[in-house]
Amino acid sequence: MTSYALFLGCTIPARQPHYELSARKALPKLGIDLVDLDNMTCCAPPPLQSIDLETSLAIAAYNICLAEEADLNIVTLCTGCFESLAMANTMLKENNELRERINKILSNAGKEFKGSKEVKHYLQVLMKDVGLEQVKSQVTNPLNNLKIAAFSGCHLLRPSKLLRFDDPERPRIFDDLIEALGSESIWYRNKLKCCGGLLRGYADDLALQIAKEKIVNAKKAGADCISTLCPFCFVALDMGQLQIRAKFKEEYDMPVLHYAELLALALGIEPKELALESHKIKTDKLLQKIV
Amino acid sequence: MSEVQEKVSNVIKAKEVDPKFKYKMSKMHGAEKVMLCFQCGTCTADCPIARFSEFYRPRRIARMVQFGLKDRLLSDKALWLCSNCFTCVDHCPQNVEIAGIVRVLRNLTVKENKVIPLVYTVLASNLLKGGYVYEIREMHHKKRAGLGLPPLPKPNLEDIEKIFQITGSSNLLKGVETFEKVES
Ligand code: SF4
Ligand code: SF4
Repeated sequence: MTSYALFLGCTIPARQPHYELSARKALPKLGIDLVDLDNMTCCAPPPLQSIDLETSLAIAAYNICLAEEADLNIVTLCTGCFESLAMANTMLKENNELRERINKILSNAGKEFKGSKEVKHYLQVLMKDVGLEQVKSQVTNPLNNLKIAAFSGCHLLRPSKLLRFDDPERPRIFDDLIEALGSESIWYRNKLKCCGGLLRGYADDLALQIAKEKIVNAKKAGADCISTLCPFCFVALDMGQLQIRAKFKEEYDMPVLHYAELLALALGIEPKELALESHKIKTDKLLQKIV
Repeated sequence: MSEVQEKVSNVIKAKEVDPKFKYKMSKMHGAEKVMLCFQCGTCTADCPIARFSEFYRPRRIARMVQFGLKDRLLSDKALWLCSNCFTCVDHCPQNVEIAGIVRVLRNLTVKENKVIPLVYTVLASNLLKGGYVYEIREMHHKKRAGLGLPPLPKPNLEDIEKIFQITGSSNLLKGVETFEKVES
């Protein structure tokens, strides 16, 4: 077993417990032990970075300090959390002056950022710690008939200089992990472009237009479903389809599943254990194809 | 406004130019390279927002910083349309980080103009009240328990409050003017 401090953030536990559920069921099956640490808080996402960068870095670093104290690396499910924490981690590790400034702030909360731990997204853990072959060998219910439109979202890959996850122009990790489950990871137009999710709340029309294009492109390419990693992408594309129906009178009926949900299904976990009914776009037809 | 009047109002006047602005910006984390922008337009061409928005143009932001048009930049709500996808940062041939520049400009807008999208103030106050930017209510906790998920970590609100105090963010958010929508 490899142990990681699980960083949950807020959107997943509040709005998408089904995502957390699938990860908590699937990852331990592959030898990843998820440890919950007390006092973990918000990752300080872009909206907070937009208010004040130093405050957001201090909050992000505060979480990393907790992992350092527990002597664990961090794993995140949400790519937004991954970006905020990994970016802060790299910035503070590599910029002494910035680290000193942030540590001065953190000392008021009795913390010191040492830079001794890593922040990883669970796809990285699957790829590096578990390994593609091992994932494949554990699949008992291959998702053979599915064409999947992988959508990693921006914050898994960029800014690549700070996140260092995969080639941001021709990423493969997510696609390889989908294919390890027996499915086909398909190409579709503008696959790597943003979903507009962060604009929801103050520029909704624009956000919806962007999400709609994404869904149309996946549909045209023959996708059975879209697979996401980020809870904001998920909302933009899943809930987004209800709003698209209301606004544009267009129906796409394109299921959206987090990768961890697909992984759990492929590892033989029963759909009824995964609370898939929380999805706005029903997954029944898709499930008939695979179980 | 007649067409001529409109054109005149768009003209840059010497008195609205802050010639030192680009130097100040160059010292801010994320905006260091702004003077290296040679206006190739790669950022605008690849920006997912510029494709759909009438107003948002990252290249123009870099140029306006170089020109010292601070007031125009900080009062333009389009600044809040960047979705932080970082494509511009990855693609710029000059290593200019538009997303970083936008972040610095937003920080300045909050600090000096005291203006911010309403949802952002809600997120910040949620963080201070509950430790998460998204409010986690009793019904969420119940739903989690029903699914067999463990209780959520308990954030240390005192520590968060201290961080906000010492950085000045608590004061920053007092008396800010908010807006609900940005025209796109
Ligand atoms: S890509 Fe870089 S150099 Fe080109 S216009 Fe944008 S910021 Fe300037
Ligand atoms: S980070 Fe902002 S400016 Fe840069 S490409 Fe993305 S949306 Fe456009």
